[in-house]
Amino acid sequence: MTQVSMTVNGQAASGDVEGRTLLSTFLREHLGLTGTHVGCDTSQCGACVVHVDGNAVKSCTILAAEADGADVATIESQAAADGTLNAVQQAFQDHHGLQCGFCTPGMVMSAVALLKDNPSPSEAEIRAYLEGNICRCTGYHNIVKAIMAASGQDVSAIAAE
Amino acid sequence: MPKDHGIGASPKRREDVRFLTGVGNYTDDINLNGQAYVHFLRSDVAHGKINGIDSTAAAAMPGVVRIFTGADFEGVGSIPCGWQVTDKHGQPMQEPAHPVLAQGKVRHVGDPIAAVVANTPEQARDAAEAIEVDMEELPAVIDMKAAVQEGATKVHDDLTSNLCYDWGFVEENKGAVDEAFSNAAHVTTLELVNNRLVANPMEPRVAVGDYARHNGESTLYTTSQNPHVIRLLMGAFVLGIPEHKLRVVAPDVGGGFGTKIFHYAEEAFCTFAAKAINRPVKWTSSRSEAFISDAHGRDHVTKIELALDADNNFTALRTETYANMGAYLSTFAPSVPTWLHGTLMAGNYKTPLIYVNVKAVFTNTVPVDAYRGAGRPEATYQLERVVDKAARELGVDPIALRRQNFITEFPYATPVAVEYDTGDYNATMDKLSEIADLSGFAARRAESEKNGKLRGLGVNCYIEACGIAPSNLVGQLGARAGLYESATVRVNATGGLVVMTGSHSHGQGHETSFPQVIAEMIGIDESMVEIVHGDTANTPMGMGTYGSRSLAVGGSAMVRATEKIINKARKIAAHLMEASEADIELKDGAFSVAGTDKSVAWGDVCLAAYVPHNYPLEDIEPGLEETAFYDPANFTYPSGAYCCEVEVDPDTGKVTIESFAAADDFGNIVNPMIVSGQVHGGIAQGIGQALLEGAVYDENGQLLSASYMDYAMPRADDVPFYSVDHSCVTPCTHNPLGVKGCGEAGAIGSPPAVVNAVVDALQSAGKDVTHIDMPLSPSRVWAAMNG
Ligand code: FES
Ligand code: FES
Repeated sequence: MTQVSMTVNGQAASGDVEGRTLLSTFLREHLGLTGTHVGCDTSQCGACVVHVDGNAVKSCTILAAEADGADVATIESQAAADGTLNAVQQAFQDHHGLQCGFCTPGMVMSAVALLKDNPSPSEAEIRAYLEGNICRCTGYHNIVKAIMAASGQDVSAIAAE
Repeated sequence: MPKDHGIGASPKRREDVRFLTGVGNYTDDINLNGQAYVHFLRSDVAHGKINGIDSTAAAAMPGVVRIFTGADFEGVGSIPCGWQVTDKHGQPMQEPAHPVLAQGKVRHVGDPIAAVVANTPEQARDAAEAIEVDMEELPAVIDMKAAVQEGATKVHDDLTSNLCYDWGFVEENKGAVDEAFSNAAHVTTLELVNNRLVANPMEPRVAVGDYARHNGESTLYTTSQNPHVIRLLMGAFVLGIPEHKLRVVAPDVGGGFGTKIFHYAEEAFCTFAAKAINRPVKWTSSRSEAFISDAHGRDHVTKIELALDADNNFTALRTETYANMGAYLSTFAPSVPTWLHGTLMAGNYKTPLIYVNVKAVFTNTVPVDAYRGAGRPEATYQLERVVDKAARELGVDPIALRRQNFITEFPYATPVAVEYDTGDYNATMDKLSEIADLSGFAARRAESEKNGKLRGLGVNCYIEACGIAPSNLVGQLGARAGLYESATVRVNATGGLVVMTGSHSHGQGHETSFPQVIAEMIGIDESMVEIVHGDTANTPMGMGTYGSRSLAVGGSAMVRATEKIINKARKIAAHLMEASEADIELKDGAFSVAGTDKSVAWGDVCLAAYVPHNYPLEDIEPGLEETAFYDPANFTYPSGAYCCEVEVDPDTGKVTIESFAAADDFGNIVNPMIVSGQVHGGIAQGIGQALLEGAVYDENGQLLSASYMDYAMPRADDVPFYSVDHSCVTPCTHNPLGVKGCGEAGAIGSPPAVVNAVVDALQSAGKDVTHIDMPLSPSRVWAAMNG
């Protein structure tokens, strides 16, 4: 067992973990932050994306021990304390960018990271960036549209709904 | 002006907030006090005889609570099949036992041999690796046609062969169909494969079993589309637990697409083991496990023939299909290639004579069952491919050939036992021409060719049958369940409503769309209506969500229950206003007396029902709560026309989807935003089937595409923005909402459009390519072009 300590969503968090414990497991099972989802075991689906020191990371691909001392943000940190959704979350709701919601935390965390680096991405840039996030429900149409809308682009010309 | 509430509006989804903020409650988020974890030791061979299992060393490993094998399940029931098909000789299908844990034999890679329950998931996994299995490997039966040869190895020793059934439909028509073929002016023949798929909802399956010693109640939390069905199948057939001692909860479910309809061994195991060890038992599937334990979809090998007369009228259709059942019969597997497939073979066309033959075959592969569309995509694909091929052979426009043969008068009784109530196939084709800008195609093709690419246009139609019903009919067809739906509407004393529905939402947005219907009926705000679903303890017995049935069947039950509520409320209002019931009108959330200014608010009537001081107690009971069970009179028949434009790179064979348009007729629409989203998702799955996805077994029964590294899921850059339209409306005539269902259309209508487009692109370059089997990977397309 190793002791790990990190900042998660602005609060100190620590725990004893096995060497093989993944960050996704630590977040879900030790801290009870079940918004981070696990959709695969080959680092392909992106349901588990969180931010580690400001970068989008698949939390199933790093060990909890590797995140020792890091600043981690999960989906649970994205809305304001009064419940107001952030721009990406709001755009996902406005444009029906989610159905079952299982891929959604990872999609939102990826989109937030994308917009930080590229405040006004093109459709092609968004689609390329989302290579590592699989959604089985939406066909991506409304996810791409929502991210464009969240970046302030006019999406009214994109087919309705 | 679009409506801002009620039927036809697109309010934002209320369920989104919890999903967007990470507080959804999925099954894997449920952790019970003292729970143990199970890891299944699964077969790594496709077919084998278990000579012995030694778990002594494993049992001594840290944290192990108990190890279960097949021996622990002797005397426990078999996982049941919910549909019995009768073959063309009138004999019932062959139906093998399906044990919870293997009894002496394994029959597919992934078949569970033993189950280790331990204090942590890691301990369970480690111990499973220490179990020694003495396995004698047997020859694997993988190819369907080889499986039904004389002398083939049998998947089930106690069956006469690997043939589950040989189904003929409509058997009496066979002679007439054959005769029409001998008289035909032209016959088009096509052999094709409908590729095996894995549904892959993003949430893997999870089961948590719990047992309460104090009252003897078992509870199962599970990722299911139909908790009541699981309760009935598992309680009555497998574990012998009466319904009143068994609760099944399916909380937020992360997508289903059919594969979460079925009752699975892991559910029965967790429920059984929780009682055996007196602790909750949890199983969370990994994605790798999902590939070898979730029921797969499709996997048909088909030969279809279309006969035409000298004027290009379709005169007969004949098809022969081998349908893979896998190693065991999953819950609805036998119905998929038969009643959900054969009955759709007329499609949108007035072909007078049709004969469908289906041979269902056992193989040493994962069971195959319904996946989005279930039978209807297989029917649509072969029909729309053969029609396209016929048009090309005859040198006629594929759209014109379709239009010429469209059914134009309704109701229309097909030669395959169903009656279409409404539809307007020319209208959706006209709409498609408009939204896909068909007239601009030649210019777009010229532009692509300038860039060294081949451009193709593929168009097709589809018809589907949703809301499988009525129960007495499906009972005659072999269903071992009713296919009604239920709703209880409970009005609270201050006027708010709770709807307890047997439908289940796992992405479809029922929590938003169902209240729109009630808000419209009563004239109140949607926020006054709450939807409860997914828990057998607080919903009436209902059949759940699949087959695009929720609004058409579940919504109709809700309407019927609400009508009962309104009728009773009207009586109360009449009493309160001292008026005749016949004069009472309900509008905008208030009852008024016609021709007067007397009115009483909805909330006051509700309060009177629960505080019956001034109340017609001699005529009606207090309270305001009603239940309805709705059994539809017929299927519903959504239809539409789809168009895909592709570019093919002649150097690599890579296909890119340049545009995709869908014009659907879903009848009346409650929430256009949700409907469009359903179509988008279906189209992406159809494009996935056509270009990317394939569950491939080698000859030893190893699944080669068993993770997202090898099974190509559609990603955001594989698909374009879609153009979807559902403004063509021919309301369903036999349900109160006039709705038809929209959940599967996209997945049904899109694969033939893609393949038709690729064939068109290759033929435009003079290539003699008439068909390529899905998925149209670059290597297959390149080989076809250069073959
Ligand atoms: S769970 Fe991390 S990528 Fe799939
Ligand atoms: S919303 Fe269901 S997987 Fe994306």
